Amino acid sequence: MPEPEPFEPLESYGEEGRAIASTGAGGASDLATAEAETLEKNLGGPEGAGPDKKARSLWSDAWHDLRRNPVFIISGLVILFLVIISIWPQLIASGDPLDCDLSKAQEGSQPGHPFGFNGQGCDVYTRTVYGARTSVTVGVLATVGVAILGGILGGLAGFFGGAWDGFLSRITDVFFAIPVVLGGLVLLSVVTSSTVWPVIGFMVLLGWPQLSRIARGSVITAKQNDYVQAARALGASNSRMLLRHITPNAIAPVIVVATIALGTYISLEATLSYLGVGLKPPTVSWGIDISSASQYIRNAPHMLLWPAGALAITVLAFIMLGDAVRDALDPKLR
Amino acid sequence: MLLEVRDLHVEFHTRDGVAKAVNGVDYSVNAGETLAVLGESGSGKSVTAQAVMGILDIPPGKITQGEILFQGQDLLKLKEEERRKIRGAKMAMVFQDALSSLNPVVSVGDQLGEMFQVHKGMSRKDSRAKAVELMDRVRIPAAKERVGQYPHQFSGGMRQRIMIAMALALEPELIIADEPTTALDVTVQAQVMDLLAELQRELNMGLILITHDLGVVADVADKIAVMYAGRIVERAPVHEIYKAPAHPYTKGLLESIPRLDQKGQELYAIKGLPPNLLAIPPGCAFNPRCPLARDRCRTDVPPLYDVTESPVKRASACHFWKECLHG
Amino acid sequence: MAEAILEVRGLHKHYPLTRGILFKKQVGAVRAVDGVDFDLAAGETLGIVGESGCGKSTVAKMLVNLERPTSGEIRYKGEDISKLSPRALKAVRRNIQMVFQDPYTSLNPRMTVGDIIGEPYEIHPEVAPKGDRRRKVQDLLDVVGLNPEYINRYPHQFSGGQRQRIGIARGLALQPEIIVADEPVSALDVSVQAQVVNLLGNLQTEFSLSYVFIAHDLSIVRHISDRVGVMYLGRIVEIGTDAEIYEHPTHPYTQALLSAVPVPDPEARAHRERIILTGDVPSPADIPSGCRFRTRCWKAQERCTLEVPELAVPAVFRLTESPAKHDSACHFAEEKQVVPPEDDGEEPPSP
Repeated sequence: MPEPEPFEPLESYGEEGRAIASTGAGGASDLATAEAETLEKNLGGPEGAGPDKKARSLWSDAWHDLRRNPVFIISGLVILFLVIISIWPQLIASGDPLDCDLSKAQEGSQPGHPFGFNGQGCDVYTRTVYGARTSVTVGVLATVGVAILGGILGGLAGFFGGAWDGFLSRITDVFFAIPVVLGGLVLLSVVTSSTVWPVIGFMVLLGWPQLSRIARGSVITAKQNDYVQAARALGASNSRMLLRHITPNAIAPVIVVATIALGTYISLEATLSYLGVGLKPPTVSWGIDISSASQYIRNAPHMLLWPAGALAITVLAFIMLGDAVRDALDPKLR
Repeated sequence: MLLEVRDLHVEFHTRDGVAKAVNGVDYSVNAGETLAVLGESGSGKSVTAQAVMGILDIPPGKITQGEILFQGQDLLKLKEEERRKIRGAKMAMVFQDALSSLNPVVSVGDQLGEMFQVHKGMSRKDSRAKAVELMDRVRIPAAKERVGQYPHQFSGGMRQRIMIAMALALEPELIIADEPTTALDVTVQAQVMDLLAELQRELNMGLILITHDLGVVADVADKIAVMYAGRIVERAPVHEIYKAPAHPYTKGLLESIPRLDQKGQELYAIKGLPPNLLAIPPGCAFNPRCPLARDRCRTDVPPLYDVTESPVKRASACHFWKECLHG
Repeated sequence: MAEAILEVRGLHKHYPLTRGILFKKQVGAVRAVDGVDFDLAAGETLGIVGESGCGKSTVAKMLVNLERPTSGEIRYKGEDISKLSPRALKAVRRNIQMVFQDPYTSLNPRMTVGDIIGEPYEIHPEVAPKGDRRRKVQDLLDVVGLNPEYINRYPHQFSGGQRQRIGIARGLALQPEIIVADEPVSALDVSVQAQVVNLLGNLQTEFSLSYVFIAHDLSIVRHISDRVGVMYLGRIVEIGTDAEIYEHPTHPYTQALLSAVPVPDPEARAHRERIILTGDVPSPADIPSGCRFRTRCWKAQERCTLEVPELAVPAVFRLTESPAKHDSACHFAEEKQVVPPEDDGEEPPSP
């Protein structure tokens, strides 16, 4: 007996054609002809995997790729660890980051205090652990704010076009022209609050245009698909088209850019704190610690090394995660 | 014999397994002859052509078996350096999508001239003159004025003519045209096909025309190879195949196209699905869709039977070709 | 002819060309559709053929109200639907549905087949009560020749032809009277085209549909259409029954178009007369004066530059009873047979 063809049950219905993996299959080369492209798509087709293959959406496909990507696994584990210790720093640090003993200032590693002490005699290990909370909070909240504000404004501009789009594009141009650090020095220097909110607010204010541009572009691309036209021809309302057809197909690039941006917001917080306009003591932050440690870099480099190392690893982890997510979601690669 | 492909096999290694894109293809072209390779998407017609040109992406592609004899020399045994010298100078290719095959930021004249600079070591000025000559030859009006323009400034038909000019630049002995007119409008299609046929006659080149369009084939080809699931299922001179196909797939294709000069009722439709290259059915690959299929077709792979009816040489890969031809 | 269900009168669609960013100034217009008139009778299929850029897709979009005409009327049962309020429009949309060209972009990849075909009922809940929908969707799948059990699959699990069937099922969901099909088979493989064309034919009988069938493939248009309109640069240049257009064309553009179609018959190669047009289609932003085809026409004279030919029965044929008596927008219309008449055509091998 011959092996059953994957779609054999369809035979009686007079079916034709192969199942094709995705609409966005990329050509193997510039020379790829239509046939070669169809072949490409063909090869990735779910049909080959057998008749009982479960439905695979873009997200489950992406997850399938991500689980096998070592970059994703490593950065994911690092981020998971960071999130856990920012919620429960007591898990790994028993001390109090504000409990300092000036007599121990600048002392090096010793039992119970593996990272040594800083200029005020505070335990560097405890402060580094507690600093994660500030960094993660600022990064996550700023990203959420930017994604919501930028995503909605950009998405609406892309969908409706016209005057609103033109106006918004000019506004984003203006914001792009503001140098971030200079803007921070000017705007944040007048703030006296020692909470994280002014810093987050500043990041959202300067960050949303980037996301809005991405969201606008990706909504415009999604809008041109025939299935949006088909919904319109059926009489679908704007909100149905936006929520049901456009958003699910336009959100991937926004998520990718936001993930990568998260890392840069964390480093921006550190930069601003280092410059003295970001967070202010008694808030525990890597930026503040790096700033205060930098004057002792010759005789006590450990004070700088630990918070700076933690910062570098955190930022790198988020950027790597963003990269991995992009690879998994980018339709051009599938 | 100008070009002879013998028992060519090409595989693609993918995440889901090995796709057998080409499974033992034999065909040949003489100087001055037009061979049409007919097939649907996934039949392996373009992959075969890419293997002949040496532009197959390896990996994921892999030529596992076979010979490609060009003027008696096996191209698969040559070094990449030697093949590159043949490509362009002795064999050239015309693609379907002229817009993406031309570099958008280099002027048409420079792209045409590059051929002469690279292969013939000509100066920029001389190659420019050659480019104008070529554009005249493919009947682009005001070639002298337009030689400095960029691809987007030309219409689709003109861009395809520029592609033909580029392929012809070094007067190759073999041209492979992969769906050269599929993207064009029907009135422009006729212009481009006529031009290609005329230049072929003039230069006595061999032409391999890859297409899915039975109409285009009938208009220009001398002989046809019909491909299905990476194999040739029928090979014959053009008149015979349209008069009396010897393979049920060819027969089905011919009957399923509506005709300009006939208003039919119901069209004949080939049932079922084209094969999945990851799991080609055992026996004859066409058996699940074939009206003539019986047990033998599900187990024995049909060889390309010689079904020559003297003096016409033809072949069919159907166990029951007699039934198809005469029934 | 049966009563017209759809009447199109003086339809125009111009896209303004503007210059300047802050102060936009109109410097011209792309006249994509530039005066189109036709009637669609109940139960008939009107084919519209033309080359790319002739405006045929824009006409399709205006018929289903995806584009608003610059001027002109689209009357459905006597009511101009191009100027309706959104609410009234929604009701009309139920009766005029569209099948799209590209089966890969016309289905939302994030929705299951059941959601895609069921969406029309969510938008028009009055058509089917909630409990009924799933069964209706399965019926539709069966009608278009797909297994009703595939209701939970995603579009990417289907082949091109199967996807096009899904698109057709969606178009049928609201039981429309008119289906506008824009190149519904041109993205499909040859052997699959026949299956979909047959399906469209069967559905027409089963649901007494009227079709506007838009395509560039003249053979398929002839196969499916009762009447055919030929478009060139935003206008219909010739319109008539399929026999009138294919066997007795009187407009030089129709003749050139028909003669250029490759015929799958190598015997015809030698004794076929082919009219090869020179040059390319002019830009719709810069349409020639007088007759828009004159720049490529071998018959063009001074009159063609000065006077726009009307789409009407040409004077020479007005008093005859020949099949050449049909609307043709040419000052010098004359009959020329470019496609061999049906009886002389060689029979294709029968199955």
